Amino acid sequence: MDNLLLMLAPLFSSKLILVLFFGTLFGLILGVLPGLGPTTGGALILPFTMTLDPLSAIVLLTSIYCAGTYGGAITAVLINTPGTPAAAATCLDGYPLAQKGEAGRALGMATVSSTVGGIFSVIILVFFAPILAQLAYEFGQPEYFALAIFGLTMLASIGEGSPIKNLIAGAFGILISTVGKDFMTSIDRFTFGINELTEGIGFIPVVVGLFAMSEMLTQSTLINQVFNRIALKAIKLPTKEDYKKTWKTILRSSGIGSFIGVLPAEGGTVASLIGYSEAKRFSKNPEEFGKGSIEGIAGAEAANNAATGGAMVPTLALGIPGSATTAVILTGLIIHGVRPGPDLFREQPDFLYGIFGAMLIANILFFIFGFFGAKIFARITLVPNKILWPMIFAVSVCGTYSLNQSIIDVWIMLFFGVLGFFMRRYGFSVVPVIIGLILGELVEGTLRQSLVIFDGNWLMFFTRPIALTFFILSLIALAFPLIRSKKNK
Amino acid sequence: MKNVQKLKRANKSLPFFFKDEFKVSFVIIFVSIILLLTTFTFDVVPPILNRGIQPATFPKALLVLIITMTLLVYYLATKNPWKNEKKLPKSFFLTLFSFILFVIVSKTLDFFLAISALSIFVSYYWGEKRLFYLLLVGIIFPIIVFIFFETILGLRFPPGIITNIYYS
Repeated sequence: MDNLLLMLAPLFSSKLILVLFFGTLFGLILGVLPGLGPTTGGALILPFTMTLDPLSAIVLLTSIYCAGTYGGAITAVLINTPGTPAAAATCLDGYPLAQKGEAGRALGMATVSSTVGGIFSVIILVFFAPILAQLAYEFGQPEYFALAIFGLTMLASIGEGSPIKNLIAGAFGILISTVGKDFMTSIDRFTFGINELTEGIGFIPVVVGLFAMSEMLTQSTLINQVFNRIALKAIKLPTKEDYKKTWKTILRSSGIGSFIGVLPAEGGTVASLIGYSEAKRFSKNPEEFGKGSIEGIAGAEAANNAATGGAMVPTLALGIPGSATTAVILTGLIIHGVRPGPDLFREQPDFLYGIFGAMLIANILFFIFGFFGAKIFARITLVPNKILWPMIFAVSVCGTYSLNQSIIDVWIMLFFGVLGFFMRRYGFSVVPVIIGLILGELVEGTLRQSLVIFDGNWLMFFTRPIALTFFILSLIALAFPLIRSKKNK
Repeated sequence: MKNVQKLKRANKSLPFFFKDEFKVSFVIIFVSIILLLTTFTFDVVPPILNRGIQPATFPKALLVLIITMTLLVYYLATKNPWKNEKKLPKSFFLTLFSFILFVIVSKTLDFFLAISALSIFVSYYWGEKRLFYLLLVGIIFPIIVFIFFETILGLRFPPGIITNIYYS
């Protein structure tokens, strides 16, 4: 009962309500604009959160996360281009349905299923995050090392694209985290005599580079592309028939999305693809999929928004991000001096339940904004790229510079922009780089401390039951793509 | 149909070092080897201060892992070749050039001027020819962003010919 009251606290703070309004609105705009999204938006707004108290800052970031994930559906339905990667599966049926003159119905279903998925995942978060945090009390350095390895192998297992390429990208992310002074011995590593690199490579320049700048380069290859926009008159709430047809799909996808979200991987993108394929598998009319099936939209959208709450579970309980955007939120927590993990649940329940409550309200807010304002948000896509991207460049450059007031950070951002472009071009996902970067210090630190505990004996890792379980799970995660590809053959 | 067959034949006849899979694997392995060699220049910690492993050991292990996995990627690509990517258009190289221009101008002249120059350059080459919109993205918007960052975050931008005028 006390926790429920704590969850409702944001409703009684005018400041938090204002932050939620702004975050949801900003998140929706970011979600609607192809190429941008909650990860880039969160990274760009991170410096501004320094002017806020910790709770407001994290509420802002989480509301951007929830609304941004939904916003991608508007563009997916109306111009057949996912606003965010998580909305890719929504295009498959959203656009064909819009082409049939039912854009309002498609967006109505996307809005309702996103909201249900989002709220479902917040309930999962409220119940499971404290349990996981309680379990984390049993974790020592070896267990955290094994857990981080498990997280990285999961990226290979259920991430998009080639598992080996994902592992290379993850290892590269960890390698970036080793740049600068070694945190245990203060010895310079990969600094090449550049003073600014002794502090290491910051998270923000890498995120903004890999997401925003690489996207700018991608857009530069598409300047002659013409989008066929479908006009939207008004969003229509699903009919009784639609609800009858889709309620099971929405619930199933909400469960799938929450579960996938908990696993440290690409969150919403993978969740929506699995949610969509499962909706097709269980459907009475699978032949309608790809031609404007309302179940297809429900399956994809409920799953990707359900992944938002799911991804917050390991982020808050263990300090292991469940997706790229939660890696940004984790950075926000660290910047504001909040240490995620079991102690957070014991010492600052008001802070945590404030976040849970804010996520719940954000899901309701984007329903209202989406329902009444989709027509306006859809117009944002009319801003031509030749105007939009130079503006995004200016904000990215200033945002990156602002955190450390370092011009080197801006150059690092540009370098990662070019690198990110070529990585994507040749099938290397950039998400593992982000997860690797944020987990790098944890992986190395826990490994070295474990070896101190074990007196240098590596085999001692396997004498710890929890660590051994994570290693076995890691092996299964690595074997899974092989089994999957053999099965597909 | 004939064209497709011709293209396939042309791709097959390409020497291995022209193929994307080779070029990408080569670059990753080449850079990794350079970085691996760099790790041998890291200071060695005396045993009494050493916590678990030497500071160079972890990056070394990562680089060996990256090289091994890249070799595996290349081996798999020889069996199942990557799809050929389209040639990059001129607009991409111009945007890339604008990034280099930004670095040079921000280093030598002015940070604001660099943002302004890149915005106008990119906007123009992406097809915007109307003067008002070029001024909007190149001057008006960067000024708004500058003032916004300065007022909200109390940020001080690096000195330069234009920024100095603003601060004076």
